[in-house]
Amino acid sequence: MQKICESSARLLPEKLTIYTTLVGLLNARNYNFGGEFVEAMIRQLKESLKANNYNEAVYLVRFLSDLVNCHVIAAPSMVAMFENFVSVTQEEDVPQVRRDWYVYAFLSSLPWVGKELYEKKDAEMDRIFANTESYLKRRQKTHVPMLQVWTAEKPHPQEEYLDCLWAQIQKLKKDRWQERHILRPYLAFDSILCEALQHNLPPFTPPPHTEDSVYPMPRVIFRMFDYTDDPEGPVMPGSHSVERFVIEENLHCIIKSHWKERKTCAAQLVSYPGKNKIPLNYHIVEVIFAELFQLPAPPHIEVMYTTLLIELCKLQPGSLPQVLAQATEMLYMRLDTMSTTCVDRFINWFSHHLSNFQFRWSWEDWSDCLTQDPESPKPKFVREVLEKCMRLSYHQRILDIVPPTFSALCPANPTCIYKYGDESSNSLPGHSVALCLAVAFKSKATNDEIFSILKDVPNPNQDDDDDEGFSFNPLKIEVFVQTLLHLAAKSFSHSFSALAKFHEVFKTLAESDEGKLHVLRVMFEVWRNHPQMIAVLVDKMIRTQIVDCAAVANWIFSSELSRDFTRLFVWEILHSTIRKMNKHVLKIQKELEEAKEKLARQHKRRSDDDDRSSDRKDGALEEQIERLQEKVESAQSEQKNLFLVIFQRFIMILTEHLVRCETDGTSVLTPWYKNCIERLQQIFLQHHQIIQQYMVTLENLLFTAELDPHILAVFQQFCALQA
Amino acid sequence: MSGGLLKALHSDSYVELSQYRDQHFQGDNKEEEKLLKKSCTLYVGNLSFYTTEEQIYELFSKSGDIKMKKTACGFCFVEYYSRADAENAMWYINGTRLDDWIIHTDWDTGFKEFRQYGRGRSGGQV
Repeated sequence: MQKICESSARLLPEKLTIYTTLVGLLNARNYNFGGEFVEAMIRQLKESLKANNYNEAVYLVRFLSDLVNCHVIAAPSMVAMFENFVSVTQEEDVPQVRRDWYVYAFLSSLPWVGKELYEKKDAEMDRIFANTESYLKRRQKTHVPMLQVWTAEKPHPQEEYLDCLWAQIQKLKKDRWQERHILRPYLAFDSILCEALQHNLPPFTPPPHTEDSVYPMPRVIFRMFDYTDDPEGPVMPGSHSVERFVIEENLHCIIKSHWKERKTCAAQLVSYPGKNKIPLNYHIVEVIFAELFQLPAPPHIEVMYTTLLIELCKLQPGSLPQVLAQATEMLYMRLDTMSTTCVDRFINWFSHHLSNFQFRWSWEDWSDCLTQDPESPKPKFVREVLEKCMRLSYHQRILDIVPPTFSALCPANPTCIYKYGDESSNSLPGHSVALCLAVAFKSKATNDEIFSILKDVPNPNQDDDDDEGFSFNPLKIEVFVQTLLHLAAKSFSHSFSALAKFHEVFKTLAESDEGKLHVLRVMFEVWRNHPQMIAVLVDKMIRTQIVDCAAVANWIFSSELSRDFTRLFVWEILHSTIRKMNKHVLKIQKELEEAKEKLARQHKRRSDDDDRSSDRKDGALEEQIERLQEKVESAQSEQKNLFLVIFQRFIMILTEHLVRCETDGTSVLTPWYKNCIERLQQIFLQHHQIIQQYMVTLENLLFTAELDPHILAVFQQFCALQA
Repeated sequence: MSGGLLKALHSDSYVELSQYRDQHFQGDNKEEEKLLKKSCTLYVGNLSFYTTEEQIYELFSKSGDIKMKKTACGFCFVEYYSRADAENAMWYINGTRLDDWIIHTDWDTGFKEFRQYGRGRSGGQV
């Protein structure tokens, strides 16, 4: 029984009042049970805090608070615990996020227990409140712009989460703690519960801050609906009402409890208690989008939200799709101020969603985008959505689903461009070699045969030519890559086979950094109509070490890509590249750890057995560890270099733009600039854990005080995230 | 009662093994189950005959990077680099539409030479 209640506290926080009532009734019957349970909860709380499980810890604190309502815990001892929580705000030399958490744990329990605590200990509570207020006034909020989904304050301000919660609690206090939304089963058992003996919480000292402590990141409260959006239904509670907080909390908890079981999750969401008094579908859609658009990252993988929304549409076909359509329309209307990272997610969600519903959409409603600058957010969004829709279907389908007026926004037919293909290419240098290669490829030539054909290709950079002519020769790369990719154009599998079969030639031609860059350039020229193919080829080339991550980064910032610089596929490639680098480092680190553990086990066995012969075995293992250590250091260095290259290039192009605007006297805020600066933000946000390691280098080398304040601000906001 | 409730709290039905076992698998049921529980490879069934490799890549990349893909007519196999990515596909891509058809994913023991891949009795699609 104890285990069930404990587990439920952690795993089903949306149903906590049911379980606290149960515990209350058991305590009324058996005082010792209550005592043991409370002790176990406190132990659990301490463990959660030490293990950095702060989200779980919040539910435990809330559970304990509600136990006050069930006469299990004496109110004064709960107040004392909250006093200790809020006293953390006085700690010095600790991250702000630590202080934030303890304030949050206190405030977020008040909807459940504020009334009871105030009735019993109002003077003490007022003191805690005053301390909380003064803390909230003096804390830093530099991080907020980086976490906002929209940069505009209208129609719904994107409030920092503690500010919003404080406003909600203030309002609750003003309403004399009248809270009517939370289901309180214990009220029905008051006559039994009020007879129960209560327990005192032991004095609770918050575990001290350590180097390993990692606190939750700050958040911004996502709002997209208010009472005007559903004029016919029940009224949506206001943004500063405590009901809004509780509903949102509970819906987030349901998703957290059931993310693996999407049908159950959808069913639990639509059967939320009290649903007749609130516009539930609006709350559900808002909460799901809040998670999908959360910065730095959604709590769950993006595709989960797509599938959950599909389940909800299936479950409530008469009502939910309409709300979802309304939400989509609203998101479209506000694209101009939406953060680029969130626009990416909107594009991916909407295109995937449409593919499950035969791409049915009222595109004409969005005709306003047709007359806008094609680089501005709305036409850009439609273009990217159509491109993604095409990837899930085929080119003609896209032409069919949109009105003819939208044809300018339709993606290009994803065909291969072979420069040596037609008669006019006769005069191109290397043309004859290309033809020769084509014949060779078709007759299943070997790598050696290809090498010998390429030997005849002159090097336009003749001065650089030294040894057997295998130094960087852009023309060799051109004819080889163009011809091979053209012949393998039929499918991804064909192209992968081609890369595998002629891996040796690729490696040799792309040995130098310029070689790697040129391979990427030529590949891009061949496949510029097929971004998806570009992405899978880059992925394969990295994995087979034809190119390295730094080459991809440099290619993305090269002039050849400047025309496509703001397109989504470019950034998907860059982030995928960074992720591969990160996974590579983790993999080798793991190998090193395992080898070290193996050695430790061997040592232990040796000391147990006193066996000399294993000295030799040690030697081999120690050598392996040394090699792995070097490998780890080399990989970590490559990883750091990758980030430095990326940041450096961002600083260069942004500075160029800012200087030019200053000279010309034009506005800095072009669509290109907004896109670029937010892409820089996105690098920080998406890889914040790794980048935290480089803070000193970044501060001293790149993001120095001399930098333009526009660019420096991004870095400062990032620093504020875990400060 | 307690076992049932705790079990429900930890339920993970989308990732559980189905009833299907490969009749040509070289090994006993226990071995097969062991492989399936570690597998990063998914069988994908009920594909439209017109479904392309690009479409499969696009959809299945939403749960992680694809290592390899083998196609046949009406079904295919997708292998991920990590188990976690395959699990995400089982949780969120299984039972949704690709090219307008509701596709079905299931665990597979992985690619081996000379394997008969079809899940029908004669090796074709079920």
